[in-house]
Amino acid sequence: MTDDKPVLPTSGNLVIIGNGMVGHHLVKTLAEQGADSPWTMHVFAGESRPAYDRVHLSALFDDRTPEDLCLSPEQWYRDNRVTLHLNDPVVEIDRANKTVRTAAGVRQDYDALVLATGSYPFVPPIPGHEHENCLVYRTVDDLDAIKRLAGNAQRGVVVGGGLLGLEAANALRLLGLETHVVEFAPQLMPVQLDETGGALLRQEVEALGVHIHTGRKTERIDAGERHALRMNFEGEAPLETDLIVFSAGIRPQDALGRQAGLTLGERGGIVVDNQCRTSDPAIFAIGECALWNNRIFGLVAPGYTMARTVAAVLNNEAGDFTGADMSTKLKLMGVDVGSVGDAQGRTAGARCYRFQDEVAGVYRKLVVSEDQKYVLGAMLVGDCDAYDTLLQYMLNGIPLPDNPASLILPAGDAPPALGADALPDGATICSCHNVSKGAINAALDNGCCSLADIKDATKASTGCGGCAALLKSVVDAGLEARGVEVNNHLCEHFEYSRQELYHLILVGGLKRFSEVREAHGKGLGCDICKPAVASILASIHNDHILEPEHVGLQDTNDVFLANMQKDGTYSVVPRVPAGEITPEKLMTLGRVASKYDLYTKITGGQRIDLFGARLEQLPLIWEELIEAGFETGHAYGKSVRTVKSCVGSTWCRYGVQDSVGMAILLEHRYKGLRSPHKLKFAVSGCTRECAEAQSKDIGVIATENGWNLYVCGNGGMRPRHADLFATDLSDQALVRLVDRVLMFYVRTADRLQRTSVWLENLEGGLDYLRQVVIDDSLGIAGELEAQMAVVRERYQCEWRTTLGDEQKLKRFRSFVNADTPDRDIRFVRERGQPRPATEHDPADRIETLSL
Amino acid sequence: MSWQHVCTRQDLVAGGGVAALVDGEQVALFYLPDQSPPLYAIGNRDPIGGANVLSRGIVGDVGGELVVASPLYKQHFSLLTGACLEQGDVAVPVWEVKLDGDKVSLRPPAAALNRTGT
Repeated sequence: MTDDKPVLPTSGNLVIIGNGMVGHHLVKTLAEQGADSPWTMHVFAGESRPAYDRVHLSALFDDRTPEDLCLSPEQWYRDNRVTLHLNDPVVEIDRANKTVRTAAGVRQDYDALVLATGSYPFVPPIPGHEHENCLVYRTVDDLDAIKRLAGNAQRGVVVGGGLLGLEAANALRLLGLETHVVEFAPQLMPVQLDETGGALLRQEVEALGVHIHTGRKTERIDAGERHALRMNFEGEAPLETDLIVFSAGIRPQDALGRQAGLTLGERGGIVVDNQCRTSDPAIFAIGECALWNNRIFGLVAPGYTMARTVAAVLNNEAGDFTGADMSTKLKLMGVDVGSVGDAQGRTAGARCYRFQDEVAGVYRKLVVSEDQKYVLGAMLVGDCDAYDTLLQYMLNGIPLPDNPASLILPAGDAPPALGADALPDGATICSCHNVSKGAINAALDNGCCSLADIKDATKASTGCGGCAALLKSVVDAGLEARGVEVNNHLCEHFEYSRQELYHLILVGGLKRFSEVREAHGKGLGCDICKPAVASILASIHNDHILEPEHVGLQDTNDVFLANMQKDGTYSVVPRVPAGEITPEKLMTLGRVASKYDLYTKITGGQRIDLFGARLEQLPLIWEELIEAGFETGHAYGKSVRTVKSCVGSTWCRYGVQDSVGMAILLEHRYKGLRSPHKLKFAVSGCTRECAEAQSKDIGVIATENGWNLYVCGNGGMRPRHADLFATDLSDQALVRLVDRVLMFYVRTADRLQRTSVWLENLEGGLDYLRQVVIDDSLGIAGELEAQMAVVRERYQCEWRTTLGDEQKLKRFRSFVNADTPDRDIRFVRERGQPRPATEHDPADRIETLSL
Repeated sequence: MSWQHVCTRQDLVAGGGVAALVDGEQVALFYLPDQSPPLYAIGNRDPIGGANVLSRGIVGDVGGELVVASPLYKQHFSLLTGACLEQGDVAVPVWEVKLDGDKVSLRPPAAALNRTGT
């Protein structure tokens, strides 16, 4: 460090070098202060795309695109008045003149400078490592290079058996290569695991067909005979391979610090203090390029903490970086691995408990202090269920129970989970976004009243998601402490959740609301439970919803098979499967709309909405529509709405499957299915995704080999990208999975819960859904399909049935004692169409009804 | 005003409502066969949503009180008093209703009652 008291810049130009996750976190933190910030930000990035989620890089093998990993698009930088220079790394810092110069020659003055240059993969100086088939695994471009080479390769080797090396090995495996891992140490993951843990991990990874070579020192790489390269080892037979990926650790990217003459560590890294300030008071360093207390932090969470520290310092607020917990939990090739604190037991006097189950492939080690009072660390392989609890014990110095071994022994009766109440307020629940228990309770005090609210307000559990279960227990306990009864009772008439009620109705074979109420409820019912029970009955029996015993249960939209608008008139949406419509039908819609003077608008679901129909006009309108071959569109129901499609391989130059045909098939298959909330589908004919299937409850995207299925997406108020559920499905396999997913949703969701929220609240999440739907872990798949078959068989066009029934038609009279229209319905003409009159419209513009 | 015959019991919808027109005023008429009395009538206009739709709401009970939920914004109106459960200052008129054999008749609310929405 230089002088005594550094002079703090407080405003002006802030130059941020590096646009990785940590650099971006700093920009985002400062941008969130809006226009009040005294700093003008200039960001310089060496890569050609804005910051992306490097942690989930391997998702690119899971059909994700680089855009999916993007943290904020370029437009976001423009909207927040941040200048972003992509593909133009800074090559020189001139501290005397406080200016930086880029490779392209751009100069930018700075008042404060932040180095967030990250790290680079370490490639050991093995002779031959410069060969073009020797790659690294860090950026999207690296991944592209690996993919390109893998296309013509049979075998791939990863040098490095650590965390990143195994990630890279998994990538090679997914690319279809015979995969080998070469590690210098005698075991896998030597940093996080001990010999037993490493051996168990090896056994599990080898079972997946990955070849592991430990204790190997590579001496030389030269040309192979049967493959492009040959690796020669000290004292071992050589190994030939088509490509090599080096993943032997990272090194801080400190070249600029060196060039600028900043103090560096002996083995690299830009030295920073507790404010992340370098030896120059106007220059900060954060993330993997920074060396704090002689340590480099190679995880994203500590980098974020550093970014927030610098943001605070730049704002003249107190900010302190005092180290970070390096505990980590991840899934490597399907194997859970967790490491908490001092997992290796290096603390003086540390004592260990170990539990190993060779049959199940589980190993747990608990490291405690010499006095056996506190958790120092833990190691978990094969099962990370205990991770959250052990982490909280360690982070918060919670005294151990009398029998510490119980923390890692198989749960007999009660698993020793740490209740939310035992945690101090300062306990970090979400380390990605640094959310403490105290912050969650504060959010509850500010009016949050559900898990979803808390996630929205605090961002907790929106990073890696590892804390989801713990967060839920903290939120539940917090709500309970505030007297909010954490119950999911439907309403005052039924002390059951929708899911429980569903099962009671199904098992009891109940067919009417009155039976359900007598058996399981009280009172008369209300506008909450009546439609909910009606929907459950419909999804089990699929009777016509206007049968006398059901009609009083329905929301007005269902009763009148149309959508009520603000003035009490209705809109009419006939089904247009997949958005495909003949000119004749289109003309029918135009003729009917014109005849009844209906406001006409194209919907987002590729249909046509006709507004302003009076109650008594609905049967007349539908008579004409049905005559022309239309059927009801269920726009009024909590049910399947539309299947949007792009034009697909039939016309499009890029389409690889007939997306319209599939969309029509799906729409006809699932039309009429009543569900907890509306359901939207889309089918895209190729990966360009013009039908926006990833924003739908059920999204289908064509591939060369079939269909990829996405589930639980959502547009609307809280958009959510659908999750990739299964790939390359045949038509048959696709509908079978959709049958099961939909019926499982219908059975288990809460009232008015969209699939997106349902999935987020489903314990076990996407993995669990896959187990139930694909692996049939609950043994109910056949039942789900059979139930869908019943619903399909009993489908009827509700309008056609209604028109044929005098009793049902009686409800569509304007008045029980008069056939005059409601004179309070009045329209004004705007852009050539009617719209409801408002109190602000001049009287002479309001049209009176012509009778 | 005297009693006006509007319809017969067969014209009503059990467990729900219909609209009736009495001297130009709209009435929401509900038929709950299991209740005593079985008929209830309130103004059809939802004073909050500003449209004549209460006859198309779902009937039920909330805290023991017979109510209809407006189909527009779901506020509950008492079938006995016309009061809005969510907004104390809002109410709809309550009509007198009687069943004579199968004949249903209505009589307007007492003149003193505030005729919201008419």
